[in-house]
Amino acid sequence: MFFAGAAGLVAFYLWGLLGLPGFGNYPGPYGPAILRVAVAQTQATGVVSAVNFEYRGFDTVGEEFILFTAAAGTAIVLRMLRGEGERSPVDEARDRDAPPTSNAVRTIALLFTGPVVVVGWWLASHAQTNPSGGFQGGVVLATAFILIYLAGAFLTFSKLSPTDVTDAVEAAGAGGFAAVGLAALFTGLPYLYNYLPLGQIPGAVSSSGTIALISFFVGLEVAAAFLLIVSELLEQTLLIRHGGR
Amino acid sequence: MTGAVVTPYTVPAGLMDTLQVTVLILVAAGATAVVLTRRLVRQVLVLSVYGIMLAVLFLTFQAPDVTLSALTVGAVALPIVLLLAISKTRKKEE
Repeated sequence: MFFAGAAGLVAFYLWGLLGLPGFGNYPGPYGPAILRVAVAQTQATGVVSAVNFEYRGFDTVGEEFILFTAAAGTAIVLRMLRGEGERSPVDEARDRDAPPTSNAVRTIALLFTGPVVVVGWWLASHAQTNPSGGFQGGVVLATAFILIYLAGAFLTFSKLSPTDVTDAVEAAGAGGFAAVGLAALFTGLPYLYNYLPLGQIPGAVSSSGTIALISFFVGLEVAAAFLLIVSELLEQTLLIRHGGR
Repeated sequence: MTGAVVTPYTVPAGLMDTLQVTVLILVAAGATAVVLTRRLVRQVLVLSVYGIMLAVLFLTFQAPDVTLSALTVGAVALPIVLLLAISKTRKKEE
């Protein structure tokens, strides 16, 4: 039975493979069309960002709120119930030593924190010129905070990224993106219309109008959302909850 | 298709093909390795290495944008979330 099914699957799969366009051939009309007009229309040399934040900006708003909803969902599922308290874990087996963080890990994590912040910020703020964008930059920025945790200080981690602040930054990022689009409506333009001056030089950091602005907001949102998810999970792992039902 | 752009960094076409095929094989081997690793924590580490390989694959196929996403998500974000989930559930099992 299985082999009959597998043989059928292989046959269908090969049949499908034969119908694929040749390697490197793209038959659709949109790719060449976008490549012809994108740089002239948006003054952005990072054409992928131009597509993401401009031509199909509405889709990206949707994706943005998928992440927002995921982070909110994590926070809700892992929330503290009424009557629950938290305490730091104390090792209950007396003759067991938890190995402390090694100095090598600490040093490397601390050495990398600064550069990682710079790289993340650079990625998030240069979407219009580089193959980067708010999404990648945001995740890299969040990684900097995780390095601080790796360097051995959960308390420093939670002090640097208190949930109230990450909540607010996440909301500001997601809301900022939507607001950039809505602002166009008030002036009678279509939603997410690129109403900012585009700049004169394609590829300059100050060029591309709303693309750079949206990327900035996406960076904030992604960094905060990811940080929120990780810190919720860390709290689950590191602190012991008691009480409740 | 328009003609290929030649820059000082252009790699000969044959060499590029070899590189792409090599990376494709590496990715296939990496994926198999992830599936065949049985211990969870070890599997996450293999998955992280596999994420880096996937990023290299996207780079050789000229998609630097996807490379950055694959690097951040596949090699960093996903393993962290998985490790945290594993350490949480393991405590309960013991």
